Amino acid sequence: MLALPFNPVIAVLVTPVVAAAVLAALSGYRLSAGINVVASLLSFLIAVSLLFDRPPISQYLAIDDLNVVFIVLNTFVGFTTSWFSASYISHELESGHLTLGYLRFYHAMYQLMMFGMNLALVANNIGLMWVAVELATLTTVVMVGIYRTHQAIEAAWKYFILGSVGIALALFGTILVYLAARPVVGEGLDAMVWTVLISRVAEFDPALLNVAFVFLLLGYGTKVGLVPLHAWLPDAHAEGPTPISAVLSGLLLNVALYALLRFKMLLAANPGAIAPGPLMVTLGLLSLIFAGFMLYRRRDIKRLFAYSSIEHMGIIVFSFGMAGPLGNFAGLLQMTMHSLTKSAIFFSVGHVAQVKGTQKIADIGGLTESHPVLGWGLVVGVAAIAGLPPFGVFMSEFLVVSSTFARQPLLAVALALGLLVAFGALLMQVTALAFGPPRGPVGPVRASYVPMFAHLALVLIAGIYLPAPLVAWFQHVAALLG
Amino acid sequence: MASFSFDVAHMLAGGLVLVSFMMLYQDRLYSLLNVLALHAIMLALSVAWQAYIQHAPHLYITVALALGFKAIVIPMALRRMVFRMGIHREVETVVGIGLTMLVAIALVALSMEVMLPVTTHSDPMAREDIALALSVLLIGLLMMVTRRNAVSQIVGFMSLENGIVLAATGAQGMPLVVEISVAFSILIAFIVIGIFLFRIRERFDTVDDQALDRFRGEH
Repeated sequence: MLALPFNPVIAVLVTPVVAAAVLAALSGYRLSAGINVVASLLSFLIAVSLLFDRPPISQYLAIDDLNVVFIVLNTFVGFTTSWFSASYISHELESGHLTLGYLRFYHAMYQLMMFGMNLALVANNIGLMWVAVELATLTTVVMVGIYRTHQAIEAAWKYFILGSVGIALALFGTILVYLAARPVVGEGLDAMVWTVLISRVAEFDPALLNVAFVFLLLGYGTKVGLVPLHAWLPDAHAEGPTPISAVLSGLLLNVALYALLRFKMLLAANPGAIAPGPLMVTLGLLSLIFAGFMLYRRRDIKRLFAYSSIEHMGIIVFSFGMAGPLGNFAGLLQMTMHSLTKSAIFFSVGHVAQVKGTQKIADIGGLTESHPVLGWGLVVGVAAIAGLPPFGVFMSEFLVVSSTFARQPLLAVALALGLLVAFGALLMQVTALAFGPPRGPVGPVRASYVPMFAHLALVLIAGIYLPAPLVAWFQHVAALLG
Repeated sequence: MASFSFDVAHMLAGGLVLVSFMMLYQDRLYSLLNVLALHAIMLALSVAWQAYIQHAPHLYITVALALGFKAIVIPMALRRMVFRMGIHREVETVVGIGLTMLVAIALVALSMEVMLPVTTHSDPMAREDIALALSVLLIGLLMMVTRRNAVSQIVGFMSLENGIVLAATGAQGMPLVVEISVAFSILIAFIVIGIFLFRIRERFDTVDDQALDRFRGEH
């Protein structure tokens, strides 16, 4: 067993904070970008060490089988995105979209955001988790507005207001959970510690838990981007810097969903509480079908993939709502695959938008001819996200559909319909983007392809062969989720 | 003594709901900001009473925050903003004030209907405080939905947030209440600063803005 001289949970939180402080003080952008990458890599390595060496659970922080998967995924995508970001922002600097001062701010905020997300994932306290999600939201709001164009500020404002309302509702739900816990656990900190809650939740008042869950679902659901509450998501993705779109889609939505899953576990462990399934299934299906149809009319390439994220979040929430070992397994797999694939797509889209000087789909075309590596990367990414075999997304979507079919055939039909609608839209859009005669500038592109292809390779490998220990792990976590 | 402290707590929480109603029929931004300050003062009184009867001195930090930050600093900042931007005329509403009031009454009834039955096992103090806090929260939400102007949206959000702080302090012994109220104040400060920048940019940079857009190939 690996023995580290420090507590890795603390380290995974301290690293981004220290990095943020250093980055806020430095002005050279090359050095900052480098430090950003190194700090993210360091966080990732520490997170990997958590797989082997699990520190003791405290009242504030805990590592268990569920969150260790997410923390590794979170820091990994954080690392690859910082790599992508290093090549992305040098172009933004040259083209004058960002100044040095803003870049300094951007890098510090990036690490602060990673801190917020890591904290939300390792928090063992539902109050602390809430504060962490709020912090992550605030930092992304600032970064969405960083270009300072009218649209960017408008998008940031919308994200801010909707996000704040969501956050407020989630807090109300959290207070209600505390109220339900207090008569059983007693006053004070223990009544907010998740490990204490889950061990005694069976004695809680189910009625209060039910109401709490509705608030939590609406609150954290806003951050997940579930459909009646999704209005902020496409704007925030389209107007911010592309690395931020990648982490929004790939990570922040996951973090909010993770928070929701924690509370779902509480409800599942209480015999008298309502089953959260039907609520989640309804919202998930609604998101999937709505976003599927919206994909057809998108004219902005980043908005297109933002709607695709809503669609995938719909599928994930749906499959967690179906629950059962298979449903949860599919949900976890889909979450991981979507994270990796969607961020890879945004890496490619970021460079495409830079070389073409536009995000309008109508002005971009023939990418496979003009920029073969970038264009084919995008095609492969879209094929993966649309659910074509042999990629990992195909496997998880297949699992969702087949497990639903065995239990609720009608729901499975609706689900399959939604998937097909989205599939058609993505295929249509990517054809316009990637094939045919090149449109727009065809100048050379300076891109780092490694992050994109690393993600796509992982998704491909997962689709062809999922290692047995990983499967066993996911099955174990799926059983925990109830 | 117990029943007296309940009565006072309920009176103060009920007063907060009442002030929320007052917000809904203000048709000028300045008077709306005055009511916002009143709302914060009611919250401070309510939290102070909770701190006193729960013997929880740390809650006085929340009281100080409500009085200093929410009742004085933020309304003054917003007032200055309204003055500088020359938007001190009427509040634009999406639906009529009469209808909004009716909806608000329905929301209060709804929150009583939802919260009172599910909290039968909690202690009566928390029980009715939570129901009243939910009313304040929902009215704040209603205000955000029915107002178009950014300043009145902030006011709506702040009253919503006051409702949450009321709920958190009513839940006896809840940890992290002070931290959460601080976190919320930071959030609000961010919003207000954001508005400042947003409006000021909008006013001075119209030309620059379009140039940027053209530069990026949009429009």
